[in-house]
Amino acid sequence: MSARVLSLEQPAERTGATREIRRYARAYARSAASMAGLVIVAVFVLVSAIGPWIVPYPEDARGAVHLDRKLQPPSTTHWFGTDEVGNDVYTRVILGARVSLQIGLIITVVAAVLGVPLGIVAGHVGGRLGETIMRVTDVFLSVPALVLALAVVGALGPGILNAMIALSLVWWPGYVRLVQAKTLALGQETFVEAARASGSGRLRIVLVHLLPNCVSPIVVKASMDMGAAILAAASLGFIGLGAQPPYPEWGAMISHGRNYLPTWWWYSAFPGLAIYFTVLGLNLVGDGLRDLLDPKSRG
Amino acid sequence: MLFGLLCLTFAISHVMPGDPARLAAGPDANESMVETLRAKYGLDRPLGVQFVRYLGGVVTGDLGQSLRSRNAVLDDLVRYFPNTFELVTLALLLAVVVGVPLGMLSAVYQNTWIDHVTRVVSVSGVALPAFWLGLMLQLLVGLYLGWLPLGGRLGLTATPPAPITHLLFVDALLRGEWRTFADAVAHAVLPVVTLCFPALASIMRVNRAEMLETLRQDYIVTARAQGFSGFRVVTRYALRNAMIPTFTMIGLRYGWMLGGTVLIETVFDWPGIGLYAVNAAVSSDFQPIMGVTLVIGLNFMLANLLVDLAYGWLDPRVRRASVA
Repeated sequence: MSARVLSLEQPAERTGATREIRRYARAYARSAASMAGLVIVAVFVLVSAIGPWIVPYPEDARGAVHLDRKLQPPSTTHWFGTDEVGNDVYTRVILGARVSLQIGLIITVVAAVLGVPLGIVAGHVGGRLGETIMRVTDVFLSVPALVLALAVVGALGPGILNAMIALSLVWWPGYVRLVQAKTLALGQETFVEAARASGSGRLRIVLVHLLPNCVSPIVVKASMDMGAAILAAASLGFIGLGAQPPYPEWGAMISHGRNYLPTWWWYSAFPGLAIYFTVLGLNLVGDGLRDLLDPKSRG
Repeated sequence: MLFGLLCLTFAISHVMPGDPARLAAGPDANESMVETLRAKYGLDRPLGVQFVRYLGGVVTGDLGQSLRSRNAVLDDLVRYFPNTFELVTLALLLAVVVGVPLGMLSAVYQNTWIDHVTRVVSVSGVALPAFWLGLMLQLLVGLYLGWLPLGGRLGLTATPPAPITHLLFVDALLRGEWRTFADAVAHAVLPVVTLCFPALASIMRVNRAEMLETLRQDYIVTARAQGFSGFRVVTRYALRNAMIPTFTMIGLRYGWMLGGTVLIETVFDWPGIGLYAVNAAVSSDFQPIMGVTLVIGLNFMLANLLVDLAYGWLDPRVRRASVA
């Protein structure tokens, strides 16, 4: 009996969900800017995935030296020219996509994993613990992220791993703020009060009622943060505190290319364009998602 | 808050797993040299003692010594901070003066070419890496066109005016040294424009969104119906209300700009605290970075305080509430 009920209900449920997804997709596709962002992000992810197989000189990302072809301008053999040790800039920019994607993902995920539970505790449990969490969050937010990251990398020493640790450490407070505000607002809603009145435990309220309702703003923030995190990591690379050569990181490439301006402009111009388009794509997708999932917070 | 900030800088400098003494001693130092440095900076004492000493130092203005410049960090900060202050203030002013009217125009002429251009600029502004934009502007305007100098605050031949306020622009004006002033302006154009661009973008964006929202309100429709001119309705009624969220953005952006100076000052060789912090960080010179973090944090807090005060001035509801 129960098996038959399930088999009857499941397809209906699935069509419901599919219809919902289709409706969202149609709404998203209505905005040309959001679609452009999606295309850019799709290319970025694809390039990160298959990069090593499509680049013409894969060894150039690992510190190969070909002094015979150093600092050549863009041509059919080297689309973006070559750098001071003869490495193909195109190869390094393409392989840099994977590095940036990793950095962006790791920083955002670590920040959300640290920030979301703290935000829920601060918003839902409150009390002295919540107060303390918010005070600490405010202190972190009182120093610009880049400066704080600079201080942390200064303490740990330069390097890509330390830059990621530093940025993850300074990125979580934004999530605490967001989730705390959202949880506080949700706590006043009738359905949460009803759940409380009917004897649901705290954990159940958090998992079943609060968390699912926080997902949209978190997804929107995370998509925006990916771009910002990539930009911040590139900035640390540019200062010389992030990725070290010959690691193919865009910020570090611009920093080295800077010494060869203006004659050998391609060395720093192309990595910069790569950062620009990547961050632009992620921001446009973030904007599109926000209009779709969280229209009230538009601004 | 201030105490929290001090705890944070202390935690970064003393509790993090990094070893400042070893970093300061350099890669070739042996164990005894590291130990000597550790004892010299009191890093071998218990954390509680170190914290009390740190707080005591900050209160008496002792922020430690820079290993690179051999100066007291406080002296260096006093020397470099006015330059950063001028850069950030000018960039913020430019961002507000250009961003607010553009955001307003973009909303009033929604979906026209003005709106499209403004929106492209505002989306690009947030995505462009500021340091790269600075380099490209240097390349184009400074090197190819030769219109503006590449970096620094003054040309090699110019002598800075005798200090009154330590702000170069103000001092040059007060002393009537017009040639120096013009030189300083020429040196400031590119860094100010570069630093202002991301802020301009977000101020424009917020102002546009708020204006669109406000222009749909009933009281705007009423004002129009009563026959007030379009210009008056937009500037007196709509803009004033739309400015409130914009102000929050301006306060936030001030903080981001202080962070951005780290990059812009590096690109344009601008002798401010950002460049000072970067040079210190690259050579593992620890105390200056902590000093700069503290100064920037303090400034950010002050800016937010000013924004809160500005709310009261802008929004009569807040003003009345505080009087009552």
